[in-house]
Amino acid sequence: MELAKELREIQTLEGHTDRVWSLAWNPATGVAGIPLSFASCSGDKTVRIWEQNPSTSSWDCKAVLDETHTRTVRSCAWSPSGKLLATASFDATTAIWENVGGDYECVASLEGHENEVKSVCWNASGSMLTTCGRDKTVWVWEALPGNEFDCVSVLQGHTQDVKMVQWHPTRNLIFSCSYDNTVKIWADDGDDDDWACVQTLGEANNGHSSTVWALSFNASGDKMVTCSDDLTLKIWGSDDAKMSADGFAPWRHLCTLSGYHDRTIFSVHWSRDNIIASGAADDAIKFFVENNDQDGLVDGPSYKLLLRKENAHEMDINSVQWSPGEDRVLASASDDGTIKIWELTSE
Amino acid sequence: MVSELINANPVIYERKERRVRSVPSAAADEYAVEAIDQQEIFDILSVRIYLYLCILLDIKDPEHPYSLEELKVITEDAIEVDDGCGYVRVTFTPTVEHCSMATVIGLCLRVKLLRSLPSRYKVDIRVAPGSHATEAAVNKQLNDKERVAAALENPGLVDMVDECLSPSYE
Repeated sequence: MELAKELREIQTLEGHTDRVWSLAWNPATGVAGIPLSFASCSGDKTVRIWEQNPSTSSWDCKAVLDETHTRTVRSCAWSPSGKLLATASFDATTAIWENVGGDYECVASLEGHENEVKSVCWNASGSMLTTCGRDKTVWVWEALPGNEFDCVSVLQGHTQDVKMVQWHPTRNLIFSCSYDNTVKIWADDGDDDDWACVQTLGEANNGHSSTVWALSFNASGDKMVTCSDDLTLKIWGSDDAKMSADGFAPWRHLCTLSGYHDRTIFSVHWSRDNIIASGAADDAIKFFVENNDQDGLVDGPSYKLLLRKENAHEMDINSVQWSPGEDRVLASASDDGTIKIWELTSE
Repeated sequence: MVSELINANPVIYERKERRVRSVPSAAADEYAVEAIDQQEIFDILSVRIYLYLCILLDIKDPEHPYSLEELKVITEDAIEVDDGCGYVRVTFTPTVEHCSMATVIGLCLRVKLLRSLPSRYKVDIRVAPGSHATEAAVNKQLNDKERVAAALENPGLVDMVDECLSPSYE
């Protein structure tokens, strides 16, 4: 891997009229000549779809998804095929949108949460979805033919507001992180849709001491990074050699990165080529990589700062996401209402 | 339904005489941005925010429309400002230890500062250590940006905050 030397600012995207909370790259773009595209969601109650113009390389807003959510849209997630977009809102619903020839149509609305929905994520095959919210629950939904969605389970266990849910990239596990300072791991018992919490990563396991805002897996799915209001990032790993009879390999703390951000870290994303990006309320974006300089006396991997970008935005950064495709392109979303596109270059 | 006010006999402190601010000389750069200091933040917060102790009890006529300054809920020395960094921390003292108004007061402080300060400012609000029974829980909620944002989308709560910030009886 070539060392990155500079974070180049490509473009600032304006359009949203309130803070931008989150963004999600369409996984089916950036390959086979299909221009890169992503969705962003905002306190202005809308979702915007952005696309890179193949001839000019600049970014344009292709669609505004409005008049559906009645409150802040907090998070969005594309199905693996890129055909459907799920949007989670403070209005307690999760809308499902289908791209019909460039126009986005709301084809379903998932209801059930008692109050604000904070995060949504699809599983690797697109057959299921998970959502979470301030009602302390994680919901598991099944995607059926004809854009029908059924709730198959409501997972209770967190004692506070659940901030984010992520489906594991390769295993049938759901990870959730919360205002209760823990990360919980949920597994399905056989084919019964009988989900239960199989592990809780809390302070006793070297976990966070305040709200955990986000988590992200590495490409192989054997490591994850979490970020928190406690101003640290933590790396966790799972060792298949320690798998129990029911097929679950417990996760353990590997490394804590502290002193890099001085305000709440809202977002973290692990790239396919092993660079961790973090975005925080101190307006900075920082990059971390595994430290291969260690002399072998330390037990387990350690991580180091690769690059930092202070004042990346004028206000809090709420989301950082690496793009699909070959280049090291990153998008960041901020309270300042803008989205910035960046490229991490070697020169 | 509770028939008594939470704090029926609040201690009222004398309103402090405002220190006269010196006028910058004509030779000074007229385009210079005036630095924000402690007194200015205190002025923003104390003079204009009135506290209706009875609002939560759903009583129509306000009986105790005193300002936060008069109730010594905030004092000038409980405000930390660093204009260079763009940082403010406000420490407030609810009038009684179990005051359920603590989160409302905190929200009012936050909204007032949001509307008054440049957007580059980072704001932390907390209750004075030892002044509240569930201090850590209140502080955590007041400083969770997402929770504050969701609360401010609740029309009832926004109306209450607006009323505290600019009371209609004036």
